[in-house]
Amino acid sequence: MKNRFRMLSYPYIVWMAIFIIGPILLILFYSFTSGNVHDLGSMSFSIGSYKKLFNLMYLKVIAKSFYLAAVATALCFLLGYPVALIIVKAEARKRNLLMLFFLVPIWMNFLLRTYAWMSILSPNGFINRILAFFGLPMLNIMPGQSAVVLGMVYNFLPFMVLPIYTVLSKIDKSVVEAAMDLGANNLATFIKVVFPLSIPGIITGITMVFMPAVSTFVISRLLGGGKDLLIGNLIEQQFTVQRDWHFGSALSIVLMVLILLSMAVMSSVDKEEHQGGGGLF
Amino acid sequence: MNGPIIRLNNLTKQFDGVTVVDHINLTIKENEFVTLLGPSGCGKTTTLRMIGGFEEPDEGDIFFQDKKINDLPAYERNVNTIFQKYALFTHLNVYENIAFGLRIKKLSKSAINERIETILKLVNLEGYEKRHVDSLSGGQQQRVAIARALVNEPKVLLLDEPLGALDLKLRKGMQIELINMQKRVGITFLYVTHDQEEALTMSDTIVVMNEGVINQVGTPVDIYNEPINRFVADFIGESNIIDGIMNYDFCVTLDGYKFECVDKGFEPNEPVDVVLRPEDLEIIDVENAKIKGTVRSVVFKGVHYEMVIGNESMEYIVHSTRMRPVGSSVGLDIAAGDIHVMKKETEI
Repeated sequence: MKNRFRMLSYPYIVWMAIFIIGPILLILFYSFTSGNVHDLGSMSFSIGSYKKLFNLMYLKVIAKSFYLAAVATALCFLLGYPVALIIVKAEARKRNLLMLFFLVPIWMNFLLRTYAWMSILSPNGFINRILAFFGLPMLNIMPGQSAVVLGMVYNFLPFMVLPIYTVLSKIDKSVVEAAMDLGANNLATFIKVVFPLSIPGIITGITMVFMPAVSTFVISRLLGGGKDLLIGNLIEQQFTVQRDWHFGSALSIVLMVLILLSMAVMSSVDKEEHQGGGGLF
Repeated sequence: MNGPIIRLNNLTKQFDGVTVVDHINLTIKENEFVTLLGPSGCGKTTTLRMIGGFEEPDEGDIFFQDKKINDLPAYERNVNTIFQKYALFTHLNVYENIAFGLRIKKLSKSAINERIETILKLVNLEGYEKRHVDSLSGGQQQRVAIARALVNEPKVLLLDEPLGALDLKLRKGMQIELINMQKRVGITFLYVTHDQEEALTMSDTIVVMNEGVINQVGTPVDIYNEPINRFVADFIGESNIIDGIMNYDFCVTLDGYKFECVDKGFEPNEPVDVVLRPEDLEIIDVENAKIKGTVRSVVFKGVHYEMVIGNESMEYIVHSTRMRPVGSSVGLDIAAGDIHVMKKETEI
């Protein structure tokens, strides 16, 4: 019986080998070599691509990517946690409707939504035309970092709300009642019981927002103009414009390692605060 | 005698138009072990939750030491609750779980330490301070829940089927422990259960509830020996409830025969319900008996045999340490004091 069930996982294992492990190995291979990528014979081992990285210009791009992603993640948390709390506290009938409202935007194409923001925020966009109509000063955030962060928050907010909502809705009502029974008022109950119990959801939410935000290149290109290059754009350029696959691969590997490191830090925080829960690692 | 600590006055609660607790009145005295007993859905847990402050009564009042506490939030009531599934804080260890209420009251570190040490001794969990609550067994988790509530020194402890999740042997042990704890700390316990044996073992006073109404309040002995109606008799212990006719004072007709009894105050020839406890029915020789029958089945129950003895009109459950083989003819007798006559309930 057990073996037969195990067979069900074979398609996924094959999928993973071909489309995840294979490409990662290829990228690793490219990042440690130099030469013509279309001619295996011309390639030789080299750490040149990694050396190239220690250029102030590139390091700044990496730092900015992490900074903007961190800001967007923090904003998502500050906006998302109350939303999750409100949805959980709503009565059962309203809850599904609220959740639906919240999830409907995800059904639309990601690119489309970002283009929509472009036309809303651009200098001749929707907002500025309304502001101009009333003779108010223009809003000039696009292209720029603020517009990029806004695009990230808008696109990734549901990924913060969903895991927090899930964890909050699983908290046993009697645990909350027990806290009140022991003398904790609403605020104390939230701080001492509800919030600590929701930390696993927060960790998942942060992970799910931070990872796509730090590696995005669409949002930064559309809303940041050419001005604010992020690591995602840099990688994209290496493959499409610069044709330097080796450097692009090295950048990808560095990005992956940095993400893994930050997630490891996150989950160690989680383990200290919440011994029983399971983080990503 | 001790003074009253909790008084329920016409307490009523409805859920979606269904009356769950129906105008109940009850007085609970200090240091008493009171059990609300009834089948699931009888309103016992809802009553407890109203006293704890987790449900608002639709009608009626709750008095705590003669002060109305209807509008007092749960966190300001001087009662603590032990929940059905313990409701421990899984993000905290044993020590922090128990310290929760004390920290909110802003007690000093040394005072908290001292109280927790004492309470852990009481619940037999010394040395478990640093343990994570998830790593404890059901019985140990239960004890942490008890300690967490008792450490606050409440005037009343509310217990909502606290032993429901434990296995039989552990449950029996915890019953005794709870009684001992109650005697030692000297506070009022209000206990909710559907287990009549548990109620009989533990309580000073049993409150039998059914369909949101209190049927009978009394000591375990009273409730067992003098059930007020068919429901109570049926719910508490095993019993034969048969139709009878009260001919006149101290004489009742059962199964076509007149028996001497100790009940009086009924109309002449009033139809009544008669309770005969299986252990009170005595098997005698057929020749000397009024009620005769055949043994239809025998089940060995450990201490006694449970036999079903039937004739053309009736079937009796009889408990006896002496087994009679299936098919044998026997007679049944019952002492006057063991016949309990109840008024028939008027059907609504």
